[in-house]
Amino acid sequence: MASIWEYANPKKFIQTTDRLLPWMSVLAAVTLVVGLIWGFFFTPDDFRQGSTVKIIYLHVPAALMAINAWLMMLVASLVWIIRRHHVSALAARAAAPVGAVMTVIALATGAIWGQPMWGTWWAWDPRLTSFLILFLFYLGYMALWAAIENDDTAADLTSVLCLVGSVFALLSRYAVNFWNQGLHQGASLSVAPGERISMVYKLPLYVSMTGFALLFIALVFLRTQTEIRGRRMRALLARERMG
Amino acid sequence: MKALLVRDIRLAVRAGGGFGLGLAFFLIVVVLVPFGVGPDNGVLAVIAPGILWVGALLSCLLSLDRIFALDWEDGSLDLLATAPLPMETLVTLKAVAHWLSTGVPLVLASPLFALLLSLPAAGYGPLALSLALGTPALSVIGTFGAALTVGLKRGGLLLSLLVLPLYMPTLIFGAEVARRGAQGLEFGVPLAMLAGITFGTIALLPFASAAVLRVNLR
Repeated sequence: MASIWEYANPKKFIQTTDRLLPWMSVLAAVTLVVGLIWGFFFTPDDFRQGSTVKIIYLHVPAALMAINAWLMMLVASLVWIIRRHHVSALAARAAAPVGAVMTVIALATGAIWGQPMWGTWWAWDPRLTSFLILFLFYLGYMALWAAIENDDTAADLTSVLCLVGSVFALLSRYAVNFWNQGLHQGASLSVAPGERISMVYKLPLYVSMTGFALLFIALVFLRTQTEIRGRRMRALLARERMG
Repeated sequence: MKALLVRDIRLAVRAGGGFGLGLAFFLIVVVLVPFGVGPDNGVLAVIAPGILWVGALLSCLLSLDRIFALDWEDGSLDLLATAPLPMETLVTLKAVAHWLSTGVPLVLASPLFALLLSLPAAGYGPLALSLALGTPALSVIGTFGAALTVGLKRGGLLLSLLVLPLYMPTLIFGAEVARRGAQGLEFGVPLAMLAGITFGTIALLPFASAAVLRVNLR
């Protein structure tokens, strides 16, 4: 019975992801192209928002992945703290910049949409504010990784920061709700019966959400591989200098 | 325990400590704001609660890197770590000492600064109360940040990047208490939330700080 912990072995991880990576990348590219082109060119304009509604195909998937990237980092940090698998720590490190970029995409597309629709680029709305706070957390996390020389110390400290940061990010999310009632609409997608948006918009949205998720996974695989190889190379160089 | 607390406070109050510095910084922030937004008392009164809270937060931040850095440099942190005192206790004591040397003076001086920013008189009590309840959380969270960055050579800037996002919930509720108090509104709910954050961080965060400090002393 193969266990998931087999992939804690860097060699096994690289072997498996090497096999998966081309497929994931092609699949991500195809779903993204299909989802975005379908969404941008083959859906009707909204009767009130006009064509601006189509930015949803970038905005919602990016926001989704921005949050899920942090969740993935949280899980990877927990795995590092509990079982001390290096691949896990490196995967958390690899996911951070991707998540940060997703946060920026969500904020930027939101601003571009908000200008014609709300009449402002930025409002201190709870959702917007908590995304900005999430971005700050990403920045701090990456800066801490970059600042510490010893790999294991850096992994330990950043995982604790990720745990504490998650609690405070959640806390901020609900604190800002209290602080200001927002401009941002509620969830566009919901499993609850009363449908929010029409199927015409929903299907391409699901496709591009899948595309963003696949893109995220492919990028994290690639970046984790790079981290593993980089660490291996440093070990080899150190051994050479010794010899 | 007591000896350590007394020692830390003494070090903070005497030469080179952050004791007067934090207050002076707070004063400068309060003096600079009217230059920035104009001397209109009406405008100042509206923004005073927020300015006072942000000023308190920044002057708290100013002295954070001193919590562990000096002990780290001269090696006494290693001695303290090997002492029979649990690391969690050590971290809590450090936070308490930091609060006594920066938070308490801020609370005591806050009505004076509020006067400078022409906060309505009704707001003095809620402001001092919110600061008294909120600054312990600032010290405890700051101690966590200081423990994270203790081994770094240029940790100062990083420390603020790490700690300021963590301060956000405290700031939101603290400033809300002060604002509602100044406008004569009821402020029980944000006060309860603020107290919740403070006691929650006091109860839980020292474990994280101690874990981080152990990693850094490894």
